[in-house]
Amino acid sequence: MVIECKHVWTYISDYLDGTLSEEIRVTVQKHLEHCELCSAILDSTRNILVLTADDRVFELPVGFSERLHQRLEEELKQKKGS
Amino acid sequence: MTLQEQQGEAELIAAILAGETQLYHDLIRPYERPVYLLALSYMKNETDAEDVAQEAFLKAFRHLSSFRADAKFSTWLISIALNEARGRLRRQTAARTESLDKDPDEEGAVSPALLRDWREIPSEAVERGEIRDLLRKAVETLPEIYREVFLLRDVEELNINETAEALNISVSAVKVRLHRARLMLQKYLAPQLKSVTKPKRRWFAWS
Ligand SMILES: [Zn+2]
Repeated sequence: MVIECKHVWTYISDYLDGTLSEEIRVTVQKHLEHCELCSAILDSTRNILVLTADDRVFELPVGFSERLHQRLEEELKQKKGS
Repeated sequence: MTLQEQQGEAELIAAILAGETQLYHDLIRPYERPVYLLALSYMKNETDAEDVAQEAFLKAFRHLSSFRADAKFSTWLISIALNEARGRLRRQTAARTESLDKDPDEEGAVSPALLRDWREIPSEAVERGEIRDLLRKAVETLPEIYREVFLLRDVEELNINETAEALNISVSAVKVRLHRARLMLQKYLAPQLKSVTKPKRRWFAWS
């Protein structure tokens, strides 16, 4: 089975997650082997997902944890007192 | 999360409900980040996001006895945070007017940025503030329904079912939205990342 680039794009997310059916996965795989365009799209998407998931991109504000546990502590004490 | 961890969590919750309230600190530690990030994706500023996160953790504590043991604590907690964030946005008056007339999952396909080649950008690139800003901004500009799915699934690594449960949407909606979110990010980021990470030419090269 041969598919067009446009169709390959609709499978990118499932392809990355490994959730395509075997038949479609093979078809997509074959297409990728000779299509530079789709390969570059797939590689860049995968790369971008790794970068955005990096812990350093979204950081907790400084002191977040301390302030949170402080506030919880007050609540916990109240609960005990009540 | 392993079964063992899940059991550990259930035991913690039982102990807290039995009066060892101090254990609540330990219970929530793994969720500080996901709850904060979710709040940030709604509130768009750190101060409000921190407020929402604190409020969510307090509410979860106050309502811990209504937590059903067969549910997952993480998804329950995330939905509390979600409600808190949405409620607060609604109260912030005209918040944002999202179109409610059409089902967002029915919208047309998102097309990616077309590239002929891709030079792998290593994770160390994230150490550059400029790259971090770019990545953050890209996620922040995703429409809300895509952003929340993307953050939970790809940044916080909840699985598809947990994401669906936390957001109270179907598994297929999670998949569709996630796919769109990823392609939108590729479309927005690929060209920009390519230009900021381009190897610098030496000054004596042809220019
Ligand atoms: Zn192609």
